[in-house]
Amino acid sequence: MAELDTSGGGKHKGGKIRSKKASTRVDLTAMVDLAFLLITFFMYTTTLQKPKAMDLAMPDDQDKRITLPIAASRSMTILLGSHDKLEWYMGEAGKSAPTVDNFGATGIRKAILENKQKVADTHSGDEKLMEVVIKPSDKSTYQDLVAILDEMKITDIHIQAIVKISQLELDDLKKNGLQ
Amino acid sequence: MTAMCDVAFLLLTFFILTAKPKVDDPSHATVPPSTSYIPVPDANMITISIGQAFGKDAAFFSVTEQDVRKEALTEMGKKWGASFTPEEQQRFAVTPVFGVPMSRLKSFLDTDPAQLKDFPQTGIPAGDTTNVNNNELYDWIHMSRQAEIALHSKILNVAIKADHAEAYPEINKVIAILGKQGLFKFELITSLKAAPKK
Repeated sequence: MAELDTSGGGKHKGGKIRSKKASTRVDLTAMVDLAFLLITFFMYTTTLQKPKAMDLAMPDDQDKRITLPIAASRSMTILLGSHDKLEWYMGEAGKSAPTVDNFGATGIRKAILENKQKVADTHSGDEKLMEVVIKPSDKSTYQDLVAILDEMKITDIHIQAIVKISQLELDDLKKNGLQ
Repeated sequence: MTAMCDVAFLLLTFFILTAKPKVDDPSHATVPPSTSYIPVPDANMITISIGQAFGKDAAFFSVTEQDVRKEALTEMGKKWGASFTPEEQQRFAVTPVFGVPMSRLKSFLDTDPAQLKDFPQTGIPAGDTTNVNNNELYDWIHMSRQAEIALHSKILNVAIKADHAEAYPEINKVIAILGKQGLFKFELITSLKAAPKK
């Protein structure tokens, strides 16, 4: 493989004296060792997976001119509580009892998709789209916020806003042990 | 052996070309996962990291351009009554992420680079969101954006990188600070998780 030809030219029986033929093979072991060492070094010191970004647009709270009323019949409010749980209700606060739910495909995503379908069935024209109001409580975490914003993208909700939670809603979270 | 050598060097070339040095982030934030797959831009970015330092919530500041860092430092010095030597400015320009209040920034920059890891970075004070004249994080963001406009006539984008377990009020504080200077669109840094099948 990579060893040098050390057999001498030698004296052939009765033949002519030939010059020693040098091998063209070079020992690569050291070079390969070095290459793998460098690979290992680069693997440890670099980040392969780049972080991803999620766009977030907040409403401009200084601009009082653009205020759109939210139709109660097609708005869904999601309250983020503690212990990775949430509550949601349709329509106005206090009128319908909120449902306690989990994050994920079987929990909030199912509820959003169902409500979205209901709104689309009962409304027509421009009002077919459901609006979602997200209200994080002080006990909710950043992970909850990112998870719920991600659900908006997964379930294709285009109108959403992050709004300050009201006392009425906080009381309800407390009642259900999510504060 | 030849084939092995070829493969090793091919891999090495690949790693060198795709390499991006790891930045040591003092916030140690583990970002939450999301299905968003757009990568964070490499340039023109302000990143505000929120994590835990010494048992408390702490904000860390980072801006990608070195000349913007220098300019922002000078402006911050003017406002908060501190002057920095050229060596300290140079040191600051090569510090990718930091989280110390203005009162301790000078001693942070005077610390030997070898011992910088042990310097207690307690975060940039950002408590007062109602009175932005007395809010260091607000000023860092503001001064950096001003510097970027003056030096490159570009707009800096803002990203928030927070630990997954961080409480919402801390995030809201940063969002409020950004809102106070008319920034309503920004990015949340997440790690990638597989999108659900439709």
